[in-house]
Amino acid sequence: MTNSYDINGDIPLIRLENIGMVYKIGDIAYEVLKGINLIIENGEFVSIMGASGSGKSTLMNILGCLDKPTSGSYFLEGRDVSGLTPDELAEIRNKKIGFVFQGFNLIQRLSILENVMLPLYYSGYHSKDSEEMALKALKLVDLSDKGNKFPNQISGGEQQRVAIARAIVNDAPIIMADEPTGNLDSVRGADVMNFFEKINSERGATIILVTHDKHVADYAKRLITVKDGIILSSETVKKI
Amino acid sequence: MKRKRVKFAFFLDLESAYKTLLRNKIRSFLTILGIIIGVGSVIATIGIGQGASKAIQVSINSMGSNMLIILPGSSSLGGINSGFGVLPTLTLNDVYAIRKLPSVKTDTAILGMSQQVIWRGNNWSTLINGADSTFPIVRKWPVAKGAFFTPQQVASAANVAVIGNTAATELFGLINPIGHIIIIHSVPFTVIGLLSIKGFNAFGQDQDDIVVIPITTMMEKIAGTTWVHAIAVSAKTQKDTVVAQSQITRLLRQRHHIPLNKPNDFFVRNLTEIAQAANSSAATFTILLASIAAVSLLVGGIGIMNIMLVSVTERTKEIGIRMAIGAKKSDILKQFLIESAVLSLFGGLLGIGLGFGISSAISAFSPLKTVVTAEPIIISVVFSLCVGIFFGFYPAFKASRMNPVEALRYE
Repeated sequence: MTNSYDINGDIPLIRLENIGMVYKIGDIAYEVLKGINLIIENGEFVSIMGASGSGKSTLMNILGCLDKPTSGSYFLEGRDVSGLTPDELAEIRNKKIGFVFQGFNLIQRLSILENVMLPLYYSGYHSKDSEEMALKALKLVDLSDKGNKFPNQISGGEQQRVAIARAIVNDAPIIMADEPTGNLDSVRGADVMNFFEKINSERGATIILVTHDKHVADYAKRLITVKDGIILSSETVKKI
Repeated sequence: MKRKRVKFAFFLDLESAYKTLLRNKIRSFLTILGIIIGVGSVIATIGIGQGASKAIQVSINSMGSNMLIILPGSSSLGGINSGFGVLPTLTLNDVYAIRKLPSVKTDTAILGMSQQVIWRGNNWSTLINGADSTFPIVRKWPVAKGAFFTPQQVASAANVAVIGNTAATELFGLINPIGHIIIIHSVPFTVIGLLSIKGFNAFGQDQDDIVVIPITTMMEKIAGTTWVHAIAVSAKTQKDTVVAQSQITRLLRQRHHIPLNKPNDFFVRNLTEIAQAANSSAATFTILLASIAAVSLLVGGIGIMNIMLVSVTERTKEIGIRMAIGAKKSDILKQFLIESAVLSLFGGLLGIGLGFGISSAISAFSPLKTVVTAEPIIISVVFSLCVGIFFGFYPAFKASRMNPVEALRYE
């Protein structure tokens, strides 16, 4: 196996080889993904578009190491992660991937600061250090003054920015966003998208955006369209 | 900058579990109610049991230490068996012979009968006990005022009496009885001493309702017999009680010329044995009560499991979020285990309070003095912690086995 954490130019950040996903419900098998081949380079801003049922959510779950494909190989920074155990996948999610979901998915019982600190807690940081890092991440999304508030005390747009802070706090190279503006109005949505652009350009994080909204997808530099479990097209929108 | 997770993280987990449980105070309280009642009743019942066994101990000790009681045998005439003490088989000579045994420290013959006692216009029916001068030592019963009669007074069958507190109060009221003459069975006696207060015995009899006179005087002037009702013997040590028991049996069989194939015409009772029997029955009772209480602790544990299962289901989404951002199975398992352990530990602590409350209430409002020792407290705290971990394990395990994709989708 190649040295998994050694990033060099020859190895793409993400390489999917013939990924297939079959769900079995009773006796009926549903083939959700049918041989996906995809390469995403470090620092890209990619959006994956598709109607509901196209398989884009399943693709995102596999890319985000939340789920394992039933066939094919997934190389993350050159390391085959398609055969890892749930705990090994948890570690990869913790260190390599930050998630931003449509429903914000903050833990209501925890304060904003504690929510942002949570990934650091699971990677074993000392609480003093992780508080510093979380404050830094909150500053990046302009929410340094809301650390002691609770999720239900701030607006939806602010909650989504907290989720972004949580995704970047561990310096994950990949940020996965699943319909991040789905629950927001267009002004707040644009606001959130600007932060993704900022993270991509200033911090060099790779952003993978899953959406069915063309306006949102347009923020990305590459547009991948998924339909019926295969990649229909992959076009570069803006030059890097 | 990065350091390994050490005990610090454990306190964070505790704090987070504590916060979570506080957010749902009523539910948390109801969840641990079973544990509270369980631990409370364990501590209270063991307190009652230990109090009772201590009371028995004290009551038996008050009769005299290392004590043996020798009673005359029962008769068996024409198929009718009479009770103890009917046959006139024990004499003063038996007493003197027993006194010479090496295992015997001291002894007293006792001959008791109920008689009317008269002082001026007052009369009172009480127990008249004929005894030896060693009576205060054997019965651990010193005089409060005046003096007990001497061996010389016993030898000369003097007309002197030592009076118990109840009898003294009934006859003399507040007057000091010492020096006054009382009449028993038409015989005048000079009161020379007042016994200290002994209280009720284990069978509820007032031991202070008594007048003690020399055994010789009793035999010659009141009862008119040559035999005694009982011989109380104090052995040198507790171990010696057993030795004394067999030595006395051998001696009396010899003195009474009993052939090998005939039963004893007397009984030797060991009070230590009676004390042990009473203690062990108190212990059995305590174990019975404590096991009933332990069952309620078990039921309390099932209550915890029930609520933890509900809690895991309710927080499926949270579990999904935690897994998505990197929580391992063991992290989720630990989170819920700590929660249920904290819950049951809290229940245990509150239960200790309840147990103490019940124990002191019983001590305050009933004659039984409960005894709460550290042992049941430590045991029940450890037990409740174990209950929490044991019954919390299944829900926590269920949580840790969730699929992150499905957990995230849960609304």
